Amino acid sequence: MNFLSSYIYYIGAFGLIFIGLFIILVKHNLIKIIIGLNLLDTGVNLFLISVGYLHQGTAPIFGKGSQVTPASMVDPVPQALVLTAIVIGASILALALSLGIRLYDHYGTLDLTEVRGQKW
Amino acid sequence: MRDLLSIRGAIALGLLIIITLGLVFATADIPFGDPKSNVGTYYLENGRRETGAANLVTSVVASYRALDTLGEVAVLFIAATGLSAILAAGTKRIDRKLEEASLVLATGCRLFFPLILLFGVYLFLHGHLTPGGGFQGGAVIGSAFLLIYLGCRRRKVSNTKTDTIESMSGLSFVLIGLIGLMIGGSFFLSNFLPKGEFYSLFSAGILPLLYIAIGLKVGSEFAGIIDNMMEET
Repeated sequence: MNFLSSYIYYIGAFGLIFIGLFIILVKHNLIKIIIGLNLLDTGVNLFLISVGYLHQGTAPIFGKGSQVTPASMVDPVPQALVLTAIVIGASILALALSLGIRLYDHYGTLDLTEVRGQKW
Repeated sequence: MRDLLSIRGAIALGLLIIITLGLVFATADIPFGDPKSNVGTYYLENGRRETGAANLVTSVVASYRALDTLGEVAVLFIAATGLSAILAAGTKRIDRKLEEASLVLATGCRLFFPLILLFGVYLFLHGHLTPGGGFQGGAVIGSAFLLIYLGCRRRKVSNTKTDTIESMSGLSFVLIGLIGLMIGGSFFLSNFLPKGEFYSLFSAGILPLLYIAIGLKVGSEFAGIIDNMMEET
């Protein structure tokens, strides 16, 4: 129980990364692969945030009149990293979807085994 | 289940189990929820004095690591440019019929559009004081344009206007950095404006200016991306 409560964020993050990678490797539909890519992205973001976690920590923001000290704040570096990574992830998702649109225009299908002419 | 039984699924599963075991052994030594890295501790203890921002994430994004933020904005720009290039290369479908949105949806989006815009602007104007900032405010502004495209199908955003705002804000980011290089000290993006009174809107020197530039750039880029994708489908 103690193990689960102290590592639950890592388990969740690695679970998301695992599911995302599995979808990317196994699925044939391009839309599903893009969804898997996005799940992988979310898992990496969650992992970075949980690395900076602090027990009983607060957000790294000073407030007027509040008694929060720097020692009780969580690490701001992973948060700043993930902040930009989320926005870039959204634009990369749009780029991947636009490639999917063009692929569908050209081949008339989103099934990658048909596009590549593979058997399995 | 069908995927798991195929050859490809079995190989992928085996590979992923190996990768996961490696990751578990690698992260087992990292203490969870314990004191932070040296860099983070330094930023927490000195960020308030050195940058004058109450939000320390802002002081990392827009002051200590502002050069990286410039790089990230460039990545965003390249992604948006690539998207419009890919979508412009194909044939346009002209025979699309637009279905009118219902009265409730059309009125609702006309009512909420200025409010969402206002909230986005608030987020990046107060980014150095409260939770929020340029990237979040820009994303909120982009969602307002998405609402307009979904609800009021006949309205369109001028492409030249979004492009102008995008390039002007990107240019002003670099200009602020160059002015800092000339006046403030010997490094790019140095804080040359007075820090002002702590917790007030006009404080923290160039940080609010940088966040305004980032917010406008991200917002206009998302509006352009949504415009390109809606044109196509």
